[in-house]
Amino acid sequence: MKKLLKHRELLLVGIIAIMVAGFATRAPGFATPGNLANIFNDTSILIILALGQMTVILTKSIDLSVAANLAFTGMAVAMLDAAYPGLPLALLVVLAIGIGAVLGAINGYLVWALQIPPIVVTLGTLTIYRGMAFVLSGGAWVNSHQMTPGFLNFPRVSVLGMPLLSWIAIVIVLLMWGLLTRTAFGRAAYASGGNPTAAVYAGIDIGKTRFFAFVLSGALSGLAGYLWVSRYAVAYVDVAAGFELDTVAASVIGGISIAGGIGSVGGAVLGALFLGVIKNALPVIGISPFAQMAISGIVIVLAVVFNARAERRAGRIILRDRGAKEVSA
Amino acid sequence: MADVMMTAVGKTSTETFPVGDTAPVRRMPVLEMRSISQIFPGVKALDGVSIALHAGEVTALIGENGAGKSTLVKILTGIYRPSEGEIVIDGQPVSFTSAQDAIDAGVTAIHQETVLFDELTVAENIFLGHAPRSRFGLIDWKTMNARAGELLHALESEIDPTIRLKDLSIAQRHLVAIARALSVEARIVIMDEPTAALSRKEIDDLFRIVEGLKKQGKAILFISHKFDEVYEIAENFVVFRDGRAVGNGKLAETPQDTIVRMMVGRDVANIFPKVEVSIGATVLSVENYCHPTEYRDISFELKRGEILGVYGLIGAGRSELCQSLFGVSQPSSGRLRVEGQDLKIRSSRDAIAAGIVYVPEERGRHGLALPMPIFQNMSLPSLARTSRSGFLKAANELALARKYAERLDLRAAALSVPVGTLSGGNQQKVVIGKWLATQPKVIILDEPTKGIDIGSKAAVHGFISELASEGLSIIMVSSELPEILGMSDRVLVMREGLMAGMFDRSELSAETLVRAATGNA
Repeated sequence: MKKLLKHRELLLVGIIAIMVAGFATRAPGFATPGNLANIFNDTSILIILALGQMTVILTKSIDLSVAANLAFTGMAVAMLDAAYPGLPLALLVVLAIGIGAVLGAINGYLVWALQIPPIVVTLGTLTIYRGMAFVLSGGAWVNSHQMTPGFLNFPRVSVLGMPLLSWIAIVIVLLMWGLLTRTAFGRAAYASGGNPTAAVYAGIDIGKTRFFAFVLSGALSGLAGYLWVSRYAVAYVDVAAGFELDTVAASVIGGISIAGGIGSVGGAVLGALFLGVIKNALPVIGISPFAQMAISGIVIVLAVVFNARAERRAGRIILRDRGAKEVSA
Repeated sequence: MADVMMTAVGKTSTETFPVGDTAPVRRMPVLEMRSISQIFPGVKALDGVSIALHAGEVTALIGENGAGKSTLVKILTGIYRPSEGEIVIDGQPVSFTSAQDAIDAGVTAIHQETVLFDELTVAENIFLGHAPRSRFGLIDWKTMNARAGELLHALESEIDPTIRLKDLSIAQRHLVAIARALSVEARIVIMDEPTAALSRKEIDDLFRIVEGLKKQGKAILFISHKFDEVYEIAENFVVFRDGRAVGNGKLAETPQDTIVRMMVGRDVANIFPKVEVSIGATVLSVENYCHPTEYRDISFELKRGEILGVYGLIGAGRSELCQSLFGVSQPSSGRLRVEGQDLKIRSSRDAIAAGIVYVPEERGRHGLALPMPIFQNMSLPSLARTSRSGFLKAANELALARKYAERLDLRAAALSVPVGTLSGGNQQKVVIGKWLATQPKVIILDEPTKGIDIGSKAAVHGFISELASEGLSIIMVSSELPEILGMSDRVLVMREGLMAGMFDRSELSAETLVRAATGNA
């Protein structure tokens, strides 16, 4: 399976490279380093969210509230910045992460303590968080002229030729990689999804692991809330509507098993980049936005089919073993 | 069959069951299995088994857990296709490629764990898959409910066919399962431990139903471990041991001792050379452990280097007891001490910290995360020791895994391959290695050799002795008598959640244990 995963990540790299090369024949300049860096920068927020989503999915859960969380947090920090222009940016960023984490903790608590299925919990909080964004703002927009220049420009500051937004994404990717492969929490996340019963037997608290996965996803959503609002220089209730599905799609395309326990940070990043390349390329080669949605959808379905097949192949071994076990039953 | 019953019941109101048109006359067997073998990778579950079932007679299939009874049922019901041999019905060879084929051929089974649907009505459960249809191809509810009512009535039950299954008691559900089995035109009825969940009165009711089925000329295969029941209801018997049919005949002519001997029948001492170990001080003591539903008043002590066998039939509460010792479920009362210290074990984490570990019976479900690499599975409960300041150290994990892989002679391409790619025996080694790596004081082995081949069994037994000689205390739950007899220093026998006896090695014999476990004094 791991071999297949590695193989799969290489495959994704290959597909993305072929797509880029293909688009470059239609739109000269598409494959230039500058444009590729732009695509990466455009995809940064999706990457950050997809990594949170992936952690939740690894534990056999799902977080549909990430985009609503982003909208609420983004609105909250934008309004704070507009109302109190003197607040330091660092404080606002920390607040965004904190608010996001609290919203994530609400999801996590409901899943952990009340044992409500994650899809139901986050479907509910998705609506609640958007509603809260509306109540907070009264439906009003926060426009660029109301926000301070520091607040708006931070993601655009160029460091070593790349905007800070891209650097933030890179740092998060590295941190998440470390978290999932080098800490007990990461191992617990894989084990909780891979075989919850075995995880309990090994002394892992699955509920707690899921809770922290939701907190992490919430915190990343909060950070993404600030980044989104400052990057697009506007905050309103419907910011990033439907974006939670993109995060799930990126995870699935990247080979994260929706059944939990399988997947890698590299996969999720590549899945997000795959979507990013398509979104950036289609307008360039003159395909309508409606066709774009259909094409993204087809890709997602294909990815799921591919995953299902890969997982079934692994499953056969288990079945055969079960046959042998039943002998003595 | 349903029709026969309906009309008959209508006619004879005083009699419980009608005598069918075909009186039980002894002729050609209704069903014959000839030299059936079933081979799974690494295991021969059935080895050249032949049995014959006759109309109007009950044949009891007797054998220890793991003797191959369930495999036989699965072959007869079309779930497995036998590797060798043939099934003959009314002199005609048949071959079942699906469960539907078996039903069409007139074979129906009442399973040990009834597979029914809580949210559907009684009638829907009975007729699921073969519901009567109206002219338009829709389900004919009126007919379905009426026929369900008739079937249940014939079973002397007045369960309302329109209520949902979840509102019924266990015994009533069982009746529904029987009604379901009888709702198809069946001549061969398999009852796989049908009395396991029933009270004495319910068993009497069931036996009246069986008598009725006999009179209708059905051939019945009755699977049970309980001798009193077998002698009460069956005419013929077949004894299975290790996948072979080792004896058959008329129950009326065969004393119980003979059957027990057939079930056990081998020279145990030679297969399990028990290593003599000096037994040390008491490590674990359990006093009056009780569970709300599964077991009551269990007390025992376990010493250093000792192997305590836990024997009993399925459902005797053995696994539940062990799960409580490991903190997966909580006892309602009782006292547990490890090396003299009172402990409350509330979670598996507590148990691991106290030095008690549990190697579960179902390694797939409880033991291993199959997509994860071998070394990560092995290190999972020991991460606190292999990590440095909160960070995992793959090198330490690999070293740990390598140590136990070598010790257990684990065969794998690499320690980084997913556990799911290993064979059953090797998966079991990973589970054992994983728990040994926590450096426990007490290791609980639940059916340690279930589903693995003879060669691997010997290796596992040798290894258990080795652990004991290193000073580990071992609790070994097993349904296999030879294993219990060969390996244990003492044996705790459980029956229906209670301690049915504690026997020292000097008092051990197959007959003693089987009697204690089945309640045949």
